[in-house]
Amino acid sequence: MSKKDIKVALIGNPNTGKTSLFNQLTGLTQKVGNYPGVTVDKKQGSCKLSATQNAVITDLPGTYSINPTSVDESIVLKTLLKKDIKESPDVILVVADVENLKRNLLLFSQIKDLEIPTVLAINMVDQMTRKGISIDLTALKEELNTEVVLISARKNQGIEAVKAAIIKCHVAAKATPMCDNKKIDPAYFEELKAINPNYTLYELWLMVTQKNFPEEISKQEKEKLLSFNKDVSKLKKYQHKETIYRYQEINKILKNTYLVDKSKAKDLRAKLDKVFTHRIFGYFIFLLVLLLIFQSIFDWSSLPMDLIDTTFAELSDFARSNLPTGVLSDLIVEGIIPGIGGVIIFIPQIAILFLFIAVLEETGYMSRVVFLMDKIMRRFGMNGKSIIPLISGTACAIPAIMATRTISSWKERLITILVVPFTTCSARLPVYAILISLIIPDTKIFGFYNLQAFTLLMLYALGFGTAILAAYILQKTLKIKSNSFFVVEMPNYKLPSVKNVLFDVLEKTKAFVLGAGKIILALSVVLWFLASNGPESYKNAEQNTIEKVANKNLGTDELQQKIAAVKLENSYIGIMGKSIEPAIRPLGYDWKIGIALITSFAAREVFVGTLATIYSVGSDDENTTTIKEKMRSEINPATGKKIFNFPAGMSLLVFYAFAMQCMATLAIVKRETKTWKWPLIQLFGMTGLAYVCSLIVFQILK
Amino acid sequence: MNTIASLHIGEMGYISEESLDSIPLKLLEMGCLPGAEVQLVQIAPLKDPLYICVNGSHLAIRKETASKIRILKSE
Ligand SMILES: Nc1nc2c(ncn2[C@@H]2O[C@H](COP(=O)(O)OP(=O)(O)OP(=O)(O)O)[C@@H](O)[C@H]2O)c(=O)[nH]1
Ligand SMILES: [Mg+2]
Repeated sequence: MSKKDIKVALIGNPNTGKTSLFNQLTGLTQKVGNYPGVTVDKKQGSCKLSATQNAVITDLPGTYSINPTSVDESIVLKTLLKKDIKESPDVILVVADVENLKRNLLLFSQIKDLEIPTVLAINMVDQMTRKGISIDLTALKEELNTEVVLISARKNQGIEAVKAAIIKCHVAAKATPMCDNKKIDPAYFEELKAINPNYTLYELWLMVTQKNFPEEISKQEKEKLLSFNKDVSKLKKYQHKETIYRYQEINKILKNTYLVDKSKAKDLRAKLDKVFTHRIFGYFIFLLVLLLIFQSIFDWSSLPMDLIDTTFAELSDFARSNLPTGVLSDLIVEGIIPGIGGVIIFIPQIAILFLFIAVLEETGYMSRVVFLMDKIMRRFGMNGKSIIPLISGTACAIPAIMATRTISSWKERLITILVVPFTTCSARLPVYAILISLIIPDTKIFGFYNLQAFTLLMLYALGFGTAILAAYILQKTLKIKSNSFFVVEMPNYKLPSVKNVLFDVLEKTKAFVLGAGKIILALSVVLWFLASNGPESYKNAEQNTIEKVANKNLGTDELQQKIAAVKLENSYIGIMGKSIEPAIRPLGYDWKIGIALITSFAAREVFVGTLATIYSVGSDDENTTTIKEKMRSEINPATGKKIFNFPAGMSLLVFYAFAMQCMATLAIVKRETKTWKWPLIQLFGMTGLAYVCSLIVFQILK
Repeated sequence: MNTIASLHIGEMGYISEESLDSIPLKLLEMGCLPGAEVQLVQIAPLKDPLYICVNGSHLAIRKETASKIRILKSE
């Protein structure tokens, strides 16, 4: 970013297409969704406005006014009130929805009063004829005293005009207020303005109402400002009056410039709402949607997953026979290839999940779900809006926890954050998938529903049910006072934009694979090292074993296997696994699974990769079989039975359903709650619960 | 006393001037103004929240809030 670059901030009501416009301007892609409040943090990108002029564009969360009621909205206020030159925007690009221009102009009028150069982009003009709307652009420009551009971010129309308007507005650097609060109570606002003439009246008013002071404000001035804050009811009354006054001004302006011919408007909304929010069909459809998602995750992905699994096994084989023998080849064949395979294999399932979530958000259906679920969620100390984090938590807990920012009540938000990690995120999927395929037969129930898919569904239900139950307990025990206020906009139904959905799926899958991939790759190298090195007993393993079995007359193959097993047991990782074995034996696990449990505290998905690495090191097979086959044939030397039998498998499934095994989530919870208290409670509470439940399951089934 | 909560599905009313103080600021800002026409579009299956249309905005609000906003029913 060079000094000359214009800093542009995108501001507007939720769901008006700011992110779509941001994508068009910057060419960067980020999440766009038809659920109000999808952008919950600011995001930057750069844009070439003309041959000589660049701009740095910031995309902000949507807000209805500058007065924030939730964390995402307060980000906008903070950006606007920041007076230091580096951060504050030069030009504000207000994005408005053509269909609801009146309400969109309220925020516009507030921003105008901050006296920052402003461009108004009226978006979704492709909908104008369908809705019977006509606009007198020249008159509107004049009335608002602002550059106004009609655009369609989706159809890529008017983007060049936006760029030109930004430059024009920046050069002119003119900024005039739109409303004058002095009209509400002249004496009161005169006195306020007198405190510091360097600030606009509206800025001073915001400092009073929001108690948000720039650093440059002196102590004296601050005290004066705070004295305005004493009479709370008066303050509140004036805020109400101000809003009404703003709407009066807006109505005056729009009266002659913005016309709606209702007779021409065609609207599907009412008909669709009748079905989607119906007291019976509404829930029924929601349930069907969920069922469809889970069925597809299992059905559509099994083929590509098997393919990936065998491909990586073959790749290992190929590498083994073509690379010279040595330490480095061992690392590649036994550490890196199985490790990477362990990540790649989740791609199909994760992509399908993200695809469904993106489509649900794009179409506007999510808001209907919020509407349907609010009353139910409230009984459990949450909010209708909590359903979004709970659903997107099935993909990944991190964006889900970020999504709670739209919930304005702190208690409801905190409870949602605390229980989200119980929902089955996609990192659990590979663990579930491999365990289910080992212990549940591949048969059909009720004639059509796959038993394995049904088990998976039950695991999702278990996660969701536990989340709800935990929320209920938290609601009863947490002593936090915060008033619960709820209002959700119901956006129009839209056909999902294929581009938005595809970008979304691509971007999220990429982020997930790269993020998880790095951890898995690093861990698999560390693991491989720990598994192929050890103290004295490791180095002597070969010699000792040969001596021990000398009289047993074993074939070379058998002997090699025996040696490999003893080696693994005496390696560093083997010693670590062995040392926790007493604690996990009652759950039905051996020390090898213990190793996988230890490593998967970094991230759950490491489980499969870890076992893959351990078993490739452990078996000295010339032919690399797939991970699944290796796990299936594992025998517990103590009992002579299969390790992954039904009781142990079930116990592991339960353990993974409850345990808090994701460092990234803990870090995000710390950031969002601003203390280590809550992530630590999650870590110990959830893992303790996991231990107890797995113990019960194994002891009953055994 | 008539409030938004006492409307039937499809029915309309005007928000009365005297309820100004009991409308939360956020709702005012979203267009729920005294004098504005309001229609009850849908009631959620468990009788709460309510789905209303006011001043061109389609909003879902809780019954608790709705029952504080007085209206004059239109004939
Ligand atoms: N018809 C039409 N739809 C559009 C247009 N621009 C955006 N949309 C759709 O509007 C919805 C919301 O777009 P976003 O870009 O996520 O809106 P936003 O303002 O960033 O939303 P928040 O981040 O939630 O405040 C998506 O479904 C887009 O496909 C447009 O010009 N015409
Ligand atoms: Mg956005």
